[in-house]
Amino acid sequence: MWDAFGFEFVNFYLIPGLVLGCIYALGAIGITLTFGILRFANFAHGEMMMMGGYLTWTIMAIVTALFGLTLHPLVAMVPATAVVIFLFLLTDKYFYKPFRKEDTIKVVMASFGMMLIIRSAVQAIWGPNQLKFVSGIAKPNEILRDVSGSIDLMLLVPNKHIWIFLGTIVIVIALSYLLNKTRIGKAMRAVSDSPDLAHVTGIDVDQVIRATWIVGGICAMAAGVFLAMDIQLLETTMGFRMLLPMFAAAILGGIGKPYGAVFGGLVIGLAEELSAYPWIGDTPLLSPGYKTGVAFAIMVIMLIVRPQGLFKGRSF
Amino acid sequence: MTDPILSLNNLKAGYGQTEILHDLSIYVDPNEIVAIIGPNGAGKSTAMKAVLGLLNIREGNVTLNGDDITDTPAAQVVRLGISYVPQTQNVFVNLSVQENLEMGAWTRPEGIPERLAEMYELFPDLAEKRNQAAGSLSGGQRQMVAMAKALMVDAKILLLDEPTAGLSPKYRGEIFATIQKIKSTGVPILIVEQNAKQALGVADRGYVLVDGANRHTGTGAELLADREIARMFLGGGH
Amino acid sequence: MEAYLGYFLYLLSLLTVGGIYALFALGLNVQWGFAGLFNVGIVGFAAVGAYSYALLTTAESTFHLGGFGLPLPFGMFVGMILAAAIAAVIGVICIRLRSDYLAIATIGIAEIIKLVFKNETEITNGPRGINKIPRAWEHFSEERFYSSWPLSWFASPETWESFFDWLPNWWWQPFFAGTVLLVMYVVYRLLERARMSPWGRMMTAIRENEPAARAAGKDVTTRRIEAFVIGAAIMGLAGALFAQHLRLIEPTNTFDSAKVTFLVWVMLICGGSGNNRGAMLGAFLIWTIWSASELVIGGTISLIGNVFQNLDTTILETRAGFLRMMLIGILMQVILQKYPGGILPEVRPASPKADKS
Ligand SMILES: Nc1ncnc2c1ncn2[C@@H]1O[C@H](COP(=O)(O)OP(=O)(O)OP(=O)(O)O)[C@@H](O)[C@H]1O
Ligand SMILES: [Mg+2]
Repeated sequence: MWDAFGFEFVNFYLIPGLVLGCIYALGAIGITLTFGILRFANFAHGEMMMMGGYLTWTIMAIVTALFGLTLHPLVAMVPATAVVIFLFLLTDKYFYKPFRKEDTIKVVMASFGMMLIIRSAVQAIWGPNQLKFVSGIAKPNEILRDVSGSIDLMLLVPNKHIWIFLGTIVIVIALSYLLNKTRIGKAMRAVSDSPDLAHVTGIDVDQVIRATWIVGGICAMAAGVFLAMDIQLLETTMGFRMLLPMFAAAILGGIGKPYGAVFGGLVIGLAEELSAYPWIGDTPLLSPGYKTGVAFAIMVIMLIVRPQGLFKGRSF
Repeated sequence: MTDPILSLNNLKAGYGQTEILHDLSIYVDPNEIVAIIGPNGAGKSTAMKAVLGLLNIREGNVTLNGDDITDTPAAQVVRLGISYVPQTQNVFVNLSVQENLEMGAWTRPEGIPERLAEMYELFPDLAEKRNQAAGSLSGGQRQMVAMAKALMVDAKILLLDEPTAGLSPKYRGEIFATIQKIKSTGVPILIVEQNAKQALGVADRGYVLVDGANRHTGTGAELLADREIARMFLGGGH
Repeated sequence: MEAYLGYFLYLLSLLTVGGIYALFALGLNVQWGFAGLFNVGIVGFAAVGAYSYALLTTAESTFHLGGFGLPLPFGMFVGMILAAAIAAVIGVICIRLRSDYLAIATIGIAEIIKLVFKNETEITNGPRGINKIPRAWEHFSEERFYSSWPLSWFASPETWESFFDWLPNWWWQPFFAGTVLLVMYVVYRLLERARMSPWGRMMTAIRENEPAARAAGKDVTTRRIEAFVIGAAIMGLAGALFAQHLRLIEPTNTFDSAKVTFLVWVMLICGGSGNNRGAMLGAFLIWTIWSASELVIGGTISLIGNVFQNLDTTILETRAGFLRMMLIGILMQVILQKYPGGILPEVRPASPKADKS
């Protein structure tokens, strides 16, 4: 059973699906928080993720040039995160905040403009061509392979995927601690619940908004670096490619619901990978070229049947 | 003569271009319950929003203890000691009761656990529901959460917008009893009410608001005795 | 003389492409300016118009489906109808929801459309694209056109052949530019009439105060879907003209959302959303800036290359293009914040009462 069917399914479809799902989930957290708290769909989110990948690459390159060391992306990511958070706060201050009291669609438009500005900036600085993020072939983790192999359930999971799983779990746990146990986290939920009431309750909404960008920035950063670690390269379109699946994940999970976004991300990631599995006959169910269409299809179905999402987020 | 705690002086205000309050003056002295009554759409809620700085104020001013607070942003007004319970959507439905109260205490520097305990004493119903989402409570319980949330700070004055709207007589009685309890702790209250009789019963003074301006003013008892007011609001029938 | 001809032809090309962009901007103005619908999938509707036109009008080819060699106006018409049909489907699903959802859905559908054109190689020749798309007027000099109706009525193919050989090779340019501008003008006049009509006034009322319009019994959702569909049809038409102008289309670079969707948005916002003349003005203005800045930057770079002989300027050339895009993005943000009305702000149609007096 495992040999005939499970081995291939788990190692070549299920695990990559989960990896992709983790990346979408992290990205979607930021989108859903901004949507819930600042009330707009942030089109620049994917580009911020992409920018995070490039900054991490730059830090790795600088360290290599100066000290001859190869830094692990997860280490180089830390200073890059600070830069990305700073960029998030800066964009908010100069491009989104001026529209806070106006129709939300103006902010959506501004974020759409930001998307192009950031992408062109990255293209102008780092060039339009792909960059190698991590070189070499990712070999499966040997311990896991041997241990699982000894009970006839051989799992081939490269270290990079293990890092992605662990990183996602850590971030989601930290996020749930923040939202449920800390004062600022509860205030984030409160503002997402009702900004008007938050104002007349005396909550410092500006502070909550800053916290939202910081949390969203950290998640976006992690998502960008995880994606770069997974595909081992950087390209300027990678952020935009993620945008639709992340929106789909946020809508699937219910706007303003971080856990919903995580769940939605996993579902979308799995659906994309599993859509290429030969469920019927020997050929992929859906040509791999259409993988990215899966997220859109799920999103459209959700918009038709249940726009408030599975976890009953805000419905507009 | 001491300054009133809160005073709205000849306000002309509205939403954007539309003017709703044409010439409104209201004041609240220390240790007073003041009731505002009036027909639907008279501008009662709007008057409260004017205090919170949520409105476009064209003329007149609002003072707190003699200081001008016209056009101060809401969050700052709360920090200055004005606690406000809106008419609708006055609790965070996705937060638990306790979290709602904690949010109410946002501007409170310290002593939050003590104040929480006091609130659970004042509203015993809430104590057992403290971990339940506020959205899952009954209307009356929500109203209590909203009041407790507003009382989490050391308010100089409490603004209540129709705290008994849509509640059963039993709950209404409880709320009015609580209001008197709150007054006895030294917090003055400005209350908007549809249940004019009960409101004027507990109020020291009252205002009748019609079309965004004062129509009648007097002590609770005077207004209760007034023929015209009785015909307008108290004649049981409507 | 040669130089003047060069300028003249450059001007014609500015007018042609500017006119096509003006059509896109007019289409967007119906959606955003009239109805307040945020469409960031312009490129998708453009691609549908372009591909339908291309497949229907090209000569039979082994690379893609057809081509069917049908008359050019028919291809343009079908392009419009298909773009409108796709818009109708999205509209029915999303317009009842909040505006952000429409934005997400339109950017999504644009990507899906491009994905289909890229993957369905049997039909569209995939990433290699479709070429030899007939361009209005110039197409007459192709044998399959001059040897058939209507040109064959007037003279024999041989006569036509020598006639076209005799014409300067740019002869079609003024005609094509004129056609684009004519189409633009007709669409403009129609939209102006729509704007002044009760329908247009209703759109304004809805945008101003939706609850009041709903309360007055107006079918807000249907009106919005109508505006969305009409706008998309205009974009489909513009896409068909775009295909004629380019003669070679492929899914990725031709229909780059930055160069189509975004540029059109900048044009509309700059010219003045809600104002049809503003939309056209913005299109010509931004297109002129865009293409002139390309020349200026290109010139500067080759100057630098001449001064520093040993410098490799290719990097500068590619990077400069992105910098230009970035500056256009910043320009849009500035206009959005500082001059939200654009150059020609919206003029409200007079109220019915004022009309009568
Ligand atoms: N946010 C708003 N924007 C514009 N107009 C408003 C707004 N809120 C209320 N109004 C208008 O202001 C007027 C007064 O409303 P307000 O809510 O103050 O009445 P009220 O006296 O509190 O009535 P009720 O007893 O029904 O609560 C009404 O005509 C209402 O339509
Ligand atoms: Mg009211």
